[in-house]
Amino acid sequence: MLVAATDPKALWYLTRSFGLVSLILLTVTVGLGVAQLVRYARPGLPRFLIAGLHRNASLLAVATLAVHIVTAVADPFAPIALIDAVIPFIGRYRPLWLGLGALSFDLLIALVVTSLLRQRMGLRAWRMLHWAAYACWPIAVVHGLGTGTDARTGWVQLLYVVCVGLVLAALAWRLSTRWTTAPVGRRLGGAAATAVIVVSVAAWASQGPLRAGWARRAGTPSAQLAPGAPTPGSHR
Amino acid sequence: MTRTRRLLVDPIRCDAHGLCAELLPEMVQLDDWGYPIVSDQAVPAHLLGHARRAVAACPTLALLFAEAEVAQPARSRR
Repeated sequence: MLVAATDPKALWYLTRSFGLVSLILLTVTVGLGVAQLVRYARPGLPRFLIAGLHRNASLLAVATLAVHIVTAVADPFAPIALIDAVIPFIGRYRPLWLGLGALSFDLLIALVVTSLLRQRMGLRAWRMLHWAAYACWPIAVVHGLGTGTDARTGWVQLLYVVCVGLVLAALAWRLSTRWTTAPVGRRLGGAAATAVIVVSVAAWASQGPLRAGWARRAGTPSAQLAPGAPTPGSHR
Repeated sequence: MTRTRRLLVDPIRCDAHGLCAELLPEMVQLDDWGYPIVSDQAVPAHLLGHARRAVAACPTLALLFAEAEVAQPARSRR
């Protein structure tokens, strides 16, 4: 934060880095959540430890997302209001892709709050709501690619590949576990739906944010794209 | 008359996850199938915090507190 006072670009760097840190934390949260479902435990790694890590990783993700959001709002370059972080699709700056971030953040808050109140709200309602985790994570990934300042940076792409790979492995782990009562048909349906989503997102990404000129097509206000303003090729 | 708290397991909800035995081994043992056998004694004061944690951690919310009025004063344990 000290740097923020000296370099106006610092806020933008903080937004991007904390977005990536949040992606890592959310991926870890999903993985640990699935580890609980498949009843993973080892002598040095008891069940309650995995449950606690799952909880703490999700709470930490809320904290890093708070930094991600506050720095994005405070950054004078992009016209993002605080309310754009909560209410999706109303902003002026890349409304669709920013809106997906807001949607994902809303889902995460709902997941965290209901989990903290799990004992009071009862198991059935909590469990239904917790399915939203499987929407929260992919929406966050599409938000990251779509707002996509760094979607064309090599090591960020590697990070995305690793995170997506981890979550897919977790899903496969869950679908193949003996600890589920879901019938085979529904499990295959889940696997097929996942495959369709992965292929469509990959196809969209290769045509969209992974190609040049995405900033203009993503709905960046023309003021930010005007000559003299940083262009998609530069750090924006 | 003393107000005490005891632990109960809802056998229908319980799915043998076993977190209760990890978090409160003083009062919870697991049977051969991984289902908990919970002590029917009042939860002693020094274990109340751990008991609360075990109740909150149960994946199926099957571990419950039961408030009970008991005639005999709770034995003090130190």
